[in-house]
Amino acid sequence: MMQNTSLRSATIAGFSILAGLLVVPFILDPYQTLLLTYGLVMAIAALGFNLLLGYTGLLSFGHSAYFGAGAYAVALSAKYLGVTSMEAFIAIGVLSTALIAAVFGAICVRHTKIFFAILAMALSQVIWTLAYKLYDITNGTDGLNIPFPTLLGGSMEFVGSGSYQRFVNAYYFYVIGFFIAALVVMWVIVNSPFGKVLQSIRDNDVRAEFIGMPVKLYRWFAFIISGSFTGLAGVLWIPLNRHVTPDVLHWPFSGEIVFMTVLGGFKSFIGPVVGALFFNYLKTYAIAWTEYWQMLLGIVLVVLVIALPTGIVGIISNLASRMRAGGKQ
Amino acid sequence: MDIFVFQILNSLFYASVLFLIAAGLSLIYGVMGIVNLAHGSFFALGAYVTATALRAAGDVVPAPVLFLLLPTGAIVVGLVGLVVEPVLLRTLYKRGGEEYPLLITFGLLLILEDAMRFIWGGNPLPAGKLVEYLGSISILDLSYPAYGLFVIAIGAVAGIGLWLFVYKTRFGSVLRATSQDMKMASNLGVNTSMVYMAAFGVGSLMVGLGGAIIVPYQTAVLGMGMDALILAFVVVVIGGLGSLKGALVGALAVSFVRTLGIQFFPEIELAVLYIIAALVLLVRPTGLFGGKI
Repeated sequence: MMQNTSLRSATIAGFSILAGLLVVPFILDPYQTLLLTYGLVMAIAALGFNLLLGYTGLLSFGHSAYFGAGAYAVALSAKYLGVTSMEAFIAIGVLSTALIAAVFGAICVRHTKIFFAILAMALSQVIWTLAYKLYDITNGTDGLNIPFPTLLGGSMEFVGSGSYQRFVNAYYFYVIGFFIAALVVMWVIVNSPFGKVLQSIRDNDVRAEFIGMPVKLYRWFAFIISGSFTGLAGVLWIPLNRHVTPDVLHWPFSGEIVFMTVLGGFKSFIGPVVGALFFNYLKTYAIAWTEYWQMLLGIVLVVLVIALPTGIVGIISNLASRMRAGGKQ
Repeated sequence: MDIFVFQILNSLFYASVLFLIAAGLSLIYGVMGIVNLAHGSFFALGAYVTATALRAAGDVVPAPVLFLLLPTGAIVVGLVGLVVEPVLLRTLYKRGGEEYPLLITFGLLLILEDAMRFIWGGNPLPAGKLVEYLGSISILDLSYPAYGLFVIAIGAVAGIGLWLFVYKTRFGSVLRATSQDMKMASNLGVNTSMVYMAAFGVGSLMVGLGGAIIVPYQTAVLGMGMDALILAFVVVVIGGLGSLKGALVGALAVSFVRTLGIQFFPEIELAVLYIIAALVLLVRPTGLFGGKI
């Protein structure tokens, strides 16, 4: 009974949020639509990241590698292979990030805890130095530009006047589609037997090993899936930005992905999504407000860790359960 | 032959600085089980503070006296460490979980990077007077900046000093006891809060010294700490996190590979370094000398 009502209210909440998202371009100005698109893209990245942190108990400080690899795969295939279709970009980008995640993951999952974190970070910087140093291929710090990709198998092209405006509106819905797909797929993954094994590994890896679970193999699978989701976010991100520099591969960007996940709350499924959306606004307005926005974000992070380690979703569900308890008295 | 000697000296120079950074990182990890992500920013802070001191005093005092100002960066960073540990980190020990110290020190990194930009602006801060003063000396047929040799000597002295401190003093054995079993040490009457604070302070002092001695030779710039941290990670991954011997061997290995790389394959020099680190890990998962101090 209880299960049913909570599931029903979750479904109702989900659909009303979806309905709200679908009308956004019609009521908000284009800048806000663009900003929200960025937020949704980052939400996919954080969702993927949290499969490792929240569900497998591995903190990666190297996810910039997968986000950036996705973005660079798009930019390089546009430049050297003449690819223009977004679907082709997604296929190329996700495959290449999955490949990189498979190689790096194989090394990282031999370790846990801090050593895993710094190893993931050190390895991610291989990609960064390559993008930074191989100037002839990647343009170094100048970065690469891409034109507007065509959407839906080439049926939507964006050329001529007003193409920017049309792209921003169409692309918003495109990203919504991937965002919902990512949510559903991730939900299925974490609630599948595979996801349950990951959680048992997170809670007690020795015990999981003893009951016969191939712990390292499962961690490796989780690493690849996690990297691929974050790679997809990188692929979806670059048509918005239309320019990529090695900055998205540099490790402080990994820190931002960790930051937004913890901000939302890594112990809940939806936490990283809430955190990414919130962080996106926080960072955008902090940059607009002060030159020293990094310091502001740093202070927020320090206060968060000390005072509110459960993040936004943790605080809200805490308040909600307190109110419910209060109502019963 | 000349270029060979030159490159060996260069490698030893970078190894000295890298050892100071990595030894600080390893000391803190060995005792407290914490990796300080702001460690690289501490390095940059040491460089900026010493550069400021050298520039301010440069026109007033004679050059030899400037050597006395060199440690200012180390001292300031050591003091910052003594404040950071009780204020930011101490609340987290009871909560458990490695992620929180990493997160909070990442927050500290963001704050420090902007604080340095606020204080010193975006322009590089050169302070090369000491290098000019010492001039160069000729070895075989080649002239090498004498300051480089001075840095190598500092690295050696600091390494020996740290080793004596950890292995030959009473406080060092208290430090190692806490590192091996914090609760037992606490039960035996060791003030472990004090030990943690001291370890974090000494680790910070080391990395600050690294920044301080490199700045007459290399200009202090924003972002220098970010790269230094990653290199220090490669050092501890190769040498073993938490081991001082590992920090020394790792620093030497990384420096020699980098020097070779800059000479022969400049574009992928760093990538080669990471591949070596990954190979070491495949053979020795905890690094060459992994384990406790």
